[in-house]
Amino acid sequence: MNKKWLWFVAIFVLALMVAGCGGTAEPTAVPTDIPAPEVAPTDAPAPADTAGERPRLLLATTTSTENSGLLAEILPAFSQEYNVDVDVVAVGTGQALQLGVDGNADVLLVHARAQEDAFMANGDGSRREDVMYNDFIIVGPPSDPAGLQGMTSATEAFTKIAETQSPFVSRGDDSGTHSKEKAIWAAAGIEPAGDWYISAGQGMGAVLTMADEQQAYTLSDRATYLALTLEGTELVILVEGDPILFNPYGVIAVNPDKGAHIHADLANQFIDWLISVPTQELIGNFGVAEFGSSLFIPDSNAWRESQGMEPHSN
Amino acid sequence: MSEPLYELRQVEKAYHGRSVLHIDELAVYPGEILALVGPSGVGKSTLLRLLNFLEPPTKGTIMFRGQVFNGQQEVPLAERRRVTTVFQRPFLLNRSVKANVAYGLHLRGNRDSREQVADVLARVGLQDQAQQRARTLSGGEAQRVALARAMILQPDVLLLDEPTANLDPYNVGMIEEIVRQMNATQAMTMVLVTHNIFQAKRLAHRVALLLNGRVVETAPTDTFFNQPGDPRTAAFVRGDMVY
Amino acid sequence: MEVVALSLRVSGTALLVSTVIGIPIGAFLGLRRFVGRPFVMALLYTAMGFPPVVVGLLVYLLLSRNGPLGQIESAWIPRLFTPEAMILAQSVIAVPLVAGFTMAAVLGVDPQLQQQIKSLGATPWQEMATTLSEARVGVIIAIVAALGRIAAEVGAVMLVGGNIDGRTRVLTTAVVLETRKGNFELAIALGIILIGIAFVVNTTMLILQRQVSK
Repeated sequence: MNKKWLWFVAIFVLALMVAGCGGTAEPTAVPTDIPAPEVAPTDAPAPADTAGERPRLLLATTTSTENSGLLAEILPAFSQEYNVDVDVVAVGTGQALQLGVDGNADVLLVHARAQEDAFMANGDGSRREDVMYNDFIIVGPPSDPAGLQGMTSATEAFTKIAETQSPFVSRGDDSGTHSKEKAIWAAAGIEPAGDWYISAGQGMGAVLTMADEQQAYTLSDRATYLALTLEGTELVILVEGDPILFNPYGVIAVNPDKGAHIHADLANQFIDWLISVPTQELIGNFGVAEFGSSLFIPDSNAWRESQGMEPHSN
Repeated sequence: MSEPLYELRQVEKAYHGRSVLHIDELAVYPGEILALVGPSGVGKSTLLRLLNFLEPPTKGTIMFRGQVFNGQQEVPLAERRRVTTVFQRPFLLNRSVKANVAYGLHLRGNRDSREQVADVLARVGLQDQAQQRARTLSGGEAQRVALARAMILQPDVLLLDEPTANLDPYNVGMIEEIVRQMNATQAMTMVLVTHNIFQAKRLAHRVALLLNGRVVETAPTDTFFNQPGDPRTAAFVRGDMVY
Repeated sequence: MEVVALSLRVSGTALLVSTVIGIPIGAFLGLRRFVGRPFVMALLYTAMGFPPVVVGLLVYLLLSRNGPLGQIESAWIPRLFTPEAMILAQSVIAVPLVAGFTMAAVLGVDPQLQQQIKSLGATPWQEMATTLSEARVGVIIAIVAALGRIAAEVGAVMLVGGNIDGRTRVLTTAVVLETRKGNFELAIALGIILIGIAFVVNTTMLILQRQVSK
């Protein structure tokens, strides 16, 4: 009898240990205490609830921004300056926008212009700003069975792939990259189908790996591809520079009408910070040391103005 | 004779609408050993379950220590704990011998039972096996542990359901001797179910014959065996009963 | 390493919750007969085979701001993309496993032993505790099986946790992320840690099982 209870207690203690060990280690999971911001916030007022827990801004974004490492590079500056934790949920563009529609996120950073405009038109967002762009590239095996090398038109390249029935891996996940791919197919007047067209339903990194394994073509954003080259891939860039491959990122504040839980002020502060010239400079510098070129090109109105360019027309 | 400890009136037990036991009247007196005999499947074990309050009767009343219970009300734990059963199979817990013996006391919140356990284990001749795992015991040893586990509770009533069936003569003799001693020294009331009429003869003060769920005859042991009142009892005692 | 600590905390807490809830349910279903019991058992067996990612989806929809629970402001309802939401999802996955295996173990105990236990003066609660103790090997297997399922689970925690760096990223989702990024070395290293934890936990449980069953 005694022994029985001993063992029941042992199991219990074991479970508690498992739970408790995580519990004691929890503080490490939160960024170490950052002293209250000495620097006055640039424009917007400081968050009202500084006395309580540090506020958390939920940023829904596409896998490309997180996988490239851009957010990890620039977000600490925002967290420190505004004493805010930013929770990044990296999903496909489709889900990111849905998170906004459902009021599960405060702010969105996505790249699917048509869907973004629809989002704003439906009243799901309160503010949208252009942030930056990167470009898409068509990559494929060095053997280049479809003979794309040297082509400058993405639609022509896609037509060639379809004609030769060369394997092509599609994201197939409603992501921004997938939307772009579908737009190019549509521009080429092709409905891609057949054994050669592989719909993966996975993120960019996984799709690139798959294309590498299967000696297939795919459409990739430059940042993820460059990051993968550091790990080693046989895939080479075959088509780039076509204006249709332009990939603009927008930032959207979710409409605060969706509930009191939406951090509308923080979202606006975040957008102001993201499009400000110093942050845009950070974006432009990201990746230069590692890859020799920028992964994202700053493109906010404030930035364009500072560079003597015309602001966006929208 | 003194007031009965148990008094059953019009007790009926049915499973799924089929009546297996129907007792018009049966009394158990304090301090006696009452043997229930009869062929297997006549409801002897069912009757013991009713006496131990493991199951309620479908109809009728069971008076125990002056309180009348029908099938509706819950028998208070304190009353239920005055009775315990040693079954044909020992049903030991997968623990040590001494933990098995101490089990009933632990249920009653008695944690310091070491001396009592040692004492009853000595009485059943298993003092050296106290630390052993119960499942390593032989059949006879296991049944003696089952008996010790019941003894330690000092129950008012000890129910014995074929306690020595399938045991060797040495263990049968030992268990019968312990039972007889407990009854003699502590005036413990016992109801013994057995199909062995010789065991009934050796141990019981009174004997009741059950046939088809009914009590045919209840009589003092001597009368039961020598001057049975019912021809069926006479046939059973002679060993003529076909079953 | 915070990812490891969070994995242990989430799965450990979920295991604790599901043990506390699942064992009594399993013991009750194994011991008591009541109207509708076969239906509840069929439901339980179905729940045991439920794909974790579907549980994740259901919890996601439940906790979403326009879902039925997302609109209620309460300290007891976890928010989407928090460790608590992950604990909830993993608990929902684990409870049927713990309850089902516990029920099977309890049903394996001789019903006549329960009669003997009751005859020795056990209250219904003591009867349940003793039966569970007799079925302890099966109960431990129930706990190990549940832990194995939830610790290796990736779909549900990915959906409801969101894989937020430093907040809801656990070993399994980190492996997925690093694989997607092409960081195979890191992915494998995390995978080895995951396997190592599973090994340590299962070995501990096995030793325990041998101790209690001897």
